[in-house]
Amino acid sequence: MAIFVNENTKVVVQGLTGGQGRYHGLRNRDYGTNVVGGVTPGKGGQDVDGIPVFDSVTEAVEATGADASFVAVPPKFASGAILEAAEAGIAFVVCITEGIPAQDEAMTYNVLVRNHPGTRLLGPNCPGVISPGKCNIGITAGEIAQNPTADGPNVGIVSRSGTLTYQALYELKQAGIGVSTCVGIGGDPVPGTNFIDCLERFQSDPETHAIMMIGEIGGSAEEEAAAFIDANVTKPMAAYIAGVTAPPGKKMGHAGAIVSGGKGTAQGKMLALSEAGVKVGVNPTEAGELMTEIIRELS
Amino acid sequence: MDLFEYQGKQYFARYDIPVSPGGPADTVDEAVKEANQAGYPVVVKAQVQVGGRGKAGGIKLADNEAEVREHAGNILGMDIKGHTVNRLWVEKASDIEDEYYASFTLDRAAKKHLLMLSAEGGVEIEAVAESNPDAIVKLHIDPVDGLDLEVARQSCIKAKLPETAVDGAAEILVKLYRCYTEGDCDLAEINPLILKPTGEVHALDAKVTLDNSAAYRHPEWEAFAATEVLDDREQMAKEKGLQYIGLDGSVGIIANGAGLAMSTLDVVNQVGGTAANFLDIGGGANADVMAGALEVINFDENVVSILINIFGGITRGEEVAKGIVEAMSRVDLRAPIVIRLDGTNAEEGRQILLDAGIPQEKLRSEPTMLEAALAAVSTANA
Repeated sequence: MAIFVNENTKVVVQGLTGGQGRYHGLRNRDYGTNVVGGVTPGKGGQDVDGIPVFDSVTEAVEATGADASFVAVPPKFASGAILEAAEAGIAFVVCITEGIPAQDEAMTYNVLVRNHPGTRLLGPNCPGVISPGKCNIGITAGEIAQNPTADGPNVGIVSRSGTLTYQALYELKQAGIGVSTCVGIGGDPVPGTNFIDCLERFQSDPETHAIMMIGEIGGSAEEEAAAFIDANVTKPMAAYIAGVTAPPGKKMGHAGAIVSGGKGTAQGKMLALSEAGVKVGVNPTEAGELMTEIIRELS
Repeated sequence: MDLFEYQGKQYFARYDIPVSPGGPADTVDEAVKEANQAGYPVVVKAQVQVGGRGKAGGIKLADNEAEVREHAGNILGMDIKGHTVNRLWVEKASDIEDEYYASFTLDRAAKKHLLMLSAEGGVEIEAVAESNPDAIVKLHIDPVDGLDLEVARQSCIKAKLPETAVDGAAEILVKLYRCYTEGDCDLAEINPLILKPTGEVHALDAKVTLDNSAAYRHPEWEAFAATEVLDDREQMAKEKGLQYIGLDGSVGIIANGAGLAMSTLDVVNQVGGTAANFLDIGGGANADVMAGALEVINFDENVVSILINIFGGITRGEEVAKGIVEAMSRVDLRAPIVIRLDGTNAEEGRQILLDAGIPQEKLRSEPTMLEAALAAVSTANA
């Protein structure tokens, strides 16, 4: 099963002929992902290491039947690329681009909601999604993710941070724990996919038995997730929130990681999650240990 | 990037938002010149990015040139909550009939823009939110729809602005929304927005935060960036293109990834230490980036030990280790390094560090984030 992407997902890489797109697109293919095409306006008819390049997403979809897209283009072209994918009928768009202006992000999100309800955007500024052994779209190193087992128990991961996600994947692998899907929702203020979207799917995914959530300061997405968990999630969960010591008013690397006006603190988020029954670790290692305990109990 | 009031007003003026005539001044003579040009009485205002300027004596009314000289002389160089006043804004004083509040920000939960409008202006909006939350009208704006004049008018009426102010305020709201969206602001706030006895409405103050991600399409921001308030360390990091935030502690931090860097600060704190900075060197950790990061950390006199926390994903451990060894050969470090290297090919990386023959008291490796933090903190607190 897994969520969002699986062995049948067909991916087109927007920006395949660029440095980032080529590097990660080929890595994704080498992992086993069905990378069926690339899109670069004006470069249709060429190929990148055997992957055909098209002038537009529409042409790529017609020729390959792609249903997912990987957007790896610079910030000023990213919004256009996302909307082009949506207009071509792509159902799942992963955008790794960092540094898209917040105004563009807010506009793109709302255009998608209004005009393209069939399209889900993951990101921007996210590491992507991996369903280990099946499909990897984005910049995650596939080899640090443990394949899920048929009977489980397997863990689903959802995270706002890239490196902390890799760390979680790696720790679970060291412990021999399989991962159904790992979703990096990204650190920007207006993510296309939020915690709740992922929690909802993990809850109903038979291959996922426990859920790990990694949040950080800024906004109220973790608090909203906690309310959702309290009402809807029955699978056991562990969590970690980064930024307990972050000074107020500063953007901590991610555009969305900022404590402002006393809102968005790590403490508030940890408390909300604990109250929803989530086991919250005070550092990533402890959260990993809590998850290992949960899995041991489920085994 | 936070703008000073005078920059905010200059930015407002680009979008036709009415502000009082005036200009910036760095000296008493310049202040007099601006005052003479604006016409008396004038207000002399300290330009610092901190609230409570008025109470601190940083805002004064002057009726003539002699008073401008006196106030400008007193305010320039003044310390307001740790901020030194290097610049003034001198503008024509306004008669104030009434004061309001207006701002636009992004509501991240709703994923829409948010207008906040109140008939209670001139005080901190957080205070109004606490004492009289009903006095603030909140309106979500879908970016696809934008804000039109009629909706702005309705908001003014709902916020109980007096009839005489509604048209003028609504017009300003539409302009402020344009400034906020087209001008790529994270925050565009007018407090107070004033009504004059003559019936005109205009912005008496300006608080603007720009979205740095949009700098590529705003060449006019270069002038603002030049006056950005950074400490020396932050300035140096900015020149090297590093994601750095200066803090007050004694453990210098280098990590790859914003989340891991934040987490490193937390762990240092948990084991009884204090971080000197936040520094995210991003996904790759090549020698150039690492050397630049170490130079910035080394420049910070408070740093007693350095904690490097790297998780190798696509970047392999051995590449990271080579980068660190090369960087250490380029930078003469005052403080010892503790490194935690984990992830892809971490063992090979640790071997490279070991083989480099760097003495243990200058560079040591610890297997986990927690142990590395403990080692770095024990050195820093020794």
